[in-house]
Amino acid sequence: MKLTLSPSPHIHSGNSMTKVMWTVVIAMLPALLVSVYYFGLGAIKVTAVAVAASVFFEWAITKYLLQKDNTIMDGSAIITGMLLAFNLPSNLPISIIIIGALVAIGIGKMSFGGLGNNPFNPALVGRVFLLISFPVHMTSWPVPEVMNFAIDATTGATPLGVMGEGLRNGETVSQIMDKLPTLLDMATGAIGGSLGEVSAIALILGGLYMLWKKVITWHIPVSMLLSAAVLSGILNLVNPDIYAGPGFHLLTGGMLLGAIFMATDMVTSPMTPKGQIFFGVGIGLLTIIIRTWGAYPEGVSFAILLMNGWTPLINRYMKPKRFGK
Amino acid sequence: MSLKTFPKGGVHPEENKLSANAAIEIIEPQEKGLYAIPVSQHIGAPAKVVVKKNDVVKVGTLLAQSGGFVSANIHSSVSGKVKKIDVVTDSSGYKREAVIIQADGEDAWEESIVRSEELISEITASADEIKKKVSEFGIVGLGGATFPAHVKLAVPDGEKAEYLMINGVECEPYLTSDHRMMLEKGEEIMVGIRILMKALGVSKAMIGIENNKPDAIANMEKIASKYEGISVHPLKVQYPQGGEKQLIAALIGREVPSGKLPIHVGCVVQNVGTAFAVYEAIQKNKPMLERVVTLTGKSVANPGNYMVRMGTPIEQLVAKSGGLPEDTGKIISGGPMMGKAIASTEVPVTKGTSGVLIMKQDESKRGEMNPCIRCAKCVSVCPAGLEPFLLMTLGEKRLWERAEQEDTMDCIECGSCSFVCPSDRPLLDYIRLDKSKVIENRRKNSSK
Repeated sequence: MKLTLSPSPHIHSGNSMTKVMWTVVIAMLPALLVSVYYFGLGAIKVTAVAVAASVFFEWAITKYLLQKDNTIMDGSAIITGMLLAFNLPSNLPISIIIIGALVAIGIGKMSFGGLGNNPFNPALVGRVFLLISFPVHMTSWPVPEVMNFAIDATTGATPLGVMGEGLRNGETVSQIMDKLPTLLDMATGAIGGSLGEVSAIALILGGLYMLWKKVITWHIPVSMLLSAAVLSGILNLVNPDIYAGPGFHLLTGGMLLGAIFMATDMVTSPMTPKGQIFFGVGIGLLTIIIRTWGAYPEGVSFAILLMNGWTPLINRYMKPKRFGK
Repeated sequence: MSLKTFPKGGVHPEENKLSANAAIEIIEPQEKGLYAIPVSQHIGAPAKVVVKKNDVVKVGTLLAQSGGFVSANIHSSVSGKVKKIDVVTDSSGYKREAVIIQADGEDAWEESIVRSEELISEITASADEIKKKVSEFGIVGLGGATFPAHVKLAVPDGEKAEYLMINGVECEPYLTSDHRMMLEKGEEIMVGIRILMKALGVSKAMIGIENNKPDAIANMEKIASKYEGISVHPLKVQYPQGGEKQLIAALIGREVPSGKLPIHVGCVVQNVGTAFAVYEAIQKNKPMLERVVTLTGKSVANPGNYMVRMGTPIEQLVAKSGGLPEDTGKIISGGPMMGKAIASTEVPVTKGTSGVLIMKQDESKRGEMNPCIRCAKCVSVCPAGLEPFLLMTLGEKRLWERAEQEDTMDCIECGSCSFVCPSDRPLLDYIRLDKSKVIENRRKNSSK
């Protein structure tokens, strides 16, 4: 009889990386379905290409450059691909999507040592690289048309774009809000934007699922959204004509997508509740600051990447309370 | 109603209390059986052998003398002849010195030991006499750590004992020996608690019991109601509720400072089994020579709880429970979270053997390790407030000083971190490595 002699503990909770990854994928499905509903073939194309390219690049880099065992089965490349797709407009040319995947996986993840070692959210690294390199393609947003399977979709500006443009032209917030879809439309997804950011309800459903499965905790999303709401609320009270209110800010752009799926990325966020709240507050405040006073109408991606950079320092100083100290 | 519990962390593994309803069965010493009594069954210096080959011994005869203050006496648990003084592999996996006794089947006890089962409730011994007897009769903690009890009773100058905490928690999955003791020997345990209270000069005793043992809670509450100052507290079912520091924090909200002992916050903690042994020592002059051991496992035919003499090979318990199953992959001395895997069933039962857990082949292997995904589950479950992922990385990089700064010495080795890690990382293995290196460095530095 062969007996195993290993150190304690001898039992395991059954938690596994694969389970975590698949929980996230399932949580993204409502938003994916909404994106197909409103952006049709374009959504399918962008998602499929982003995922396939991400997986391909991870496999190729692992096999030929790093010469290590292949890691694509852990599902993290699929998630990076899906999250990258969620940050892109549905009419993005295939070649640009592939470049985005290469940057996200190659530079954003593998160059740092692969899963667990990257300091910055890989999907956001890819998105921001594309935004800076292909600004025209990355800011032309197809108008949502239910079940649109035509190849060429008509394009228009997103609510954030309209707001930014309108304020620069001297219009007041309330004048601009009249031109925009209602807040309800913004919640359900009938607005322009990237694949994943349009439907608040679908994103929140996914977030609740991940909370229930204990894959994320409330600290980052809540602190990010609350601080964004508070700052935009204060600004709106100070001058309602030039500063849009919390309702607008929370439901537009990548705010919810960022709060629920991007900022909560385990690898790039702090390890303690205290640290996570500090992190979330930082992102919320930076997002509003960039949206209000920065050159880009959208601030979430930059805010998250900036706070990703702070994470090691946050981990160094915001440690859990030691028992008995 | 929310139950008391410790301030942070912890996990809730499957309880698997398969033997909870199995009444304690006595395993008698076997004629001609060989009983290996190790001289180190406790924390501290090994005891020094005082008998020699061919000496005739009775049950209760002193075999080895305590080797220092933090040490304990070792007594014979069977009557017979000393066959030899040899080394045997005990549950630690190391070869240790032991007195090997060939039992004569007579089961003859030392005359001084009171053999009747009658409950002696009245405590006539003084506090000093109690402490002397606890030391003389080799009483050590039966919770698994085997800390010499007389050391805990010797309150250092400058400290004062305010509470006696009685640990009836038994938070490890599978183990049920304390549970059965509270159900079947509750009266005796209560006398033991009163004896300990007298020895410490305290008027308050708190018994902590995890809420998955409602019958034990009810029984102990019934018995405690007869006495002043003894209260029973059901606690949340959360591992490691039975850890000394966690128990104190749960019961009275005081956190024992890092590096200090419970007496620093006015507490002395003893296991219920130890309280029973104290009762037998003071009232019946009986040394510590037998204990209840749970034999359990999903593949075991009849999981049970056995009152067994020290030195009995575990093989006898296995046989009583239906034999070693064919598909056994691991045999653990202790519980699944902190117990030690042993290499054979010849290992003798000692004062620290709280249970024997048989695991099937498919339960016995760890998963393959993956990179850390920084999910922070290990941080959220650590009851000591440490960062296991960091301590492992520091161990991999051999940065022992930094590990010491990150409070690796506060780790109670409960295993919650490794239990919960989705990447199957051997967190506790590296923390143990860090601790051993820190101790080594401290020793080197102090000898300079």
